[in-house]
Amino acid sequence: MIQIQNLVKAFGAKRAVDDISFTVERGEVLGFLGPNGAGKSTTMRMITGFMPPSAGRVTVGGHDVVDSPLEVKRLIGYLPENAASYPDMTVEGFLLFAAELRGLDGDARKKALRRVVDLCFLDAVLHQSIDTLSKGYRHRTCLAQALIHDPDVLILDEPTDGLDPNQKFEVRNLIRELGKTKAIVFSTHILEEVDAACTRAIIIDRGRIVANGTPDELGRPLDEVFRRLTLPDTVKK
Amino acid sequence: MRTIRAIAKRELVSYFSSPVAYIFLVIFLLLAGFFTFTAGNFFERGEASLAAFFGWHPWLYLVLVPAVGMRLWAEERRAGTLELLFTMPVAPWEAIIAKFLASWLFLAVALALTFPVVITVNVLGDPDNGVIFAGYLGSLFLAGTYLAVSCMTSAMTRNQVVAFILSVVLCLFLILAGFNPVTDLMVRWASPAAVDTVAAFSVVTHFDNFQRGVIDLRDLAYFLSVIGFALFATGVILRGHRSG
Repeated sequence: MIQIQNLVKAFGAKRAVDDISFTVERGEVLGFLGPNGAGKSTTMRMITGFMPPSAGRVTVGGHDVVDSPLEVKRLIGYLPENAASYPDMTVEGFLLFAAELRGLDGDARKKALRRVVDLCFLDAVLHQSIDTLSKGYRHRTCLAQALIHDPDVLILDEPTDGLDPNQKFEVRNLIRELGKTKAIVFSTHILEEVDAACTRAIIIDRGRIVANGTPDELGRPLDEVFRRLTLPDTVKK
Repeated sequence: MRTIRAIAKRELVSYFSSPVAYIFLVIFLLLAGFFTFTAGNFFERGEASLAAFFGWHPWLYLVLVPAVGMRLWAEERRAGTLELLFTMPVAPWEAIIAKFLASWLFLAVALALTFPVVITVNVLGDPDNGVIFAGYLGSLFLAGTYLAVSCMTSAMTRNQVVAFILSVVLCLFLILAGFNPVTDLMVRWASPAAVDTVAAFSVVTHFDNFQRGVIDLRDLAYFLSVIGFALFATGVILRGHRSG
């Protein structure tokens, strides 16, 4: 579903993403690991068509993200970092707005709303305005937005960030469940999530892929592998 | 078309779900009334026209329109919702047009709420309502022009205050280039042709024709091309940010 070839993103002289290539097929959940500032979010922004790549190619479902951005965007559900949403809207209003932009209307829109509200446990806050919600609810509202059109591809930037342990557990289960029929990429720096939800993991450090394999192939214990492969940001130039 | 409608609707609703819309409407109507009847000497003029009303619009809008436009893109960038919007199947130009139209519609509502002055002048005398209509049309385009400029400055920064100030300065330039005291000053050291050329870039020059009741295609073309240019520049600026 997702093919990435020699992807580069340079900000001035700094290469935030430096020549990475990988593919994700339907039925896979790819964990995207790396220290802060390793290039995880930048890569995801290029896959979703928000940022154009400096070099290299991203195709999703056979469409090139630079040449046919709208086709790619239709296939993807995206949870951006920090789960941004419009604070003045109600949860319901926000999700209906997302559904409308996704081309859903009438009964299909109502059904889609019902489905994601159940999936993300938003029933209790449906008519509340988003700026009154706790971080966990806000996060799940934005996740619901990414799921509203039942996309084939999910790109989730730190989907469990800011959730309490129960919510983390539920979101991981949800990702694993959805991963059976979709291609999912999610970033995290919580290593236990790799075992809990991923079929495969990629570790990136300073824009480069330093490991790619199933959690078992990467080696155990994972946190030791992670520390060996990546440098703490205190030693970065 | 659908996405434009959806985004425009969201934008309009968000104006009215915060106090901004109501504060703006009240202040706009109060100031419009003050300028017309007190500063504009509406009654002392002894003529049945809305010259006292429209004459102030370039100055009134100078402060108020950037206040409406400043949040358009700056707020999306600050809150991170720009990323959400531009990863939806929405072409950037659709989003730009939608947000512009929503704010313009809001300004049109504000302008329409000044209808009591039309009634007043019709009760007191026998004005040429065609001229008044032309004045309203010109005023709407004037507001749209300022708004497009604000849209552009709003895309430049995630700070609404910066967007506001930049927008006021640019709009002030659009006024002053054709403002009589300035053109009188320029005539002293520049050729009249040069002064006319500079003045042709001013909103005042083109708005004056509307106020006199003349709907000239050239004036419409001026307003539409400034709007078009500013919105195009908005697109370029937003693309620049995303390229990093």
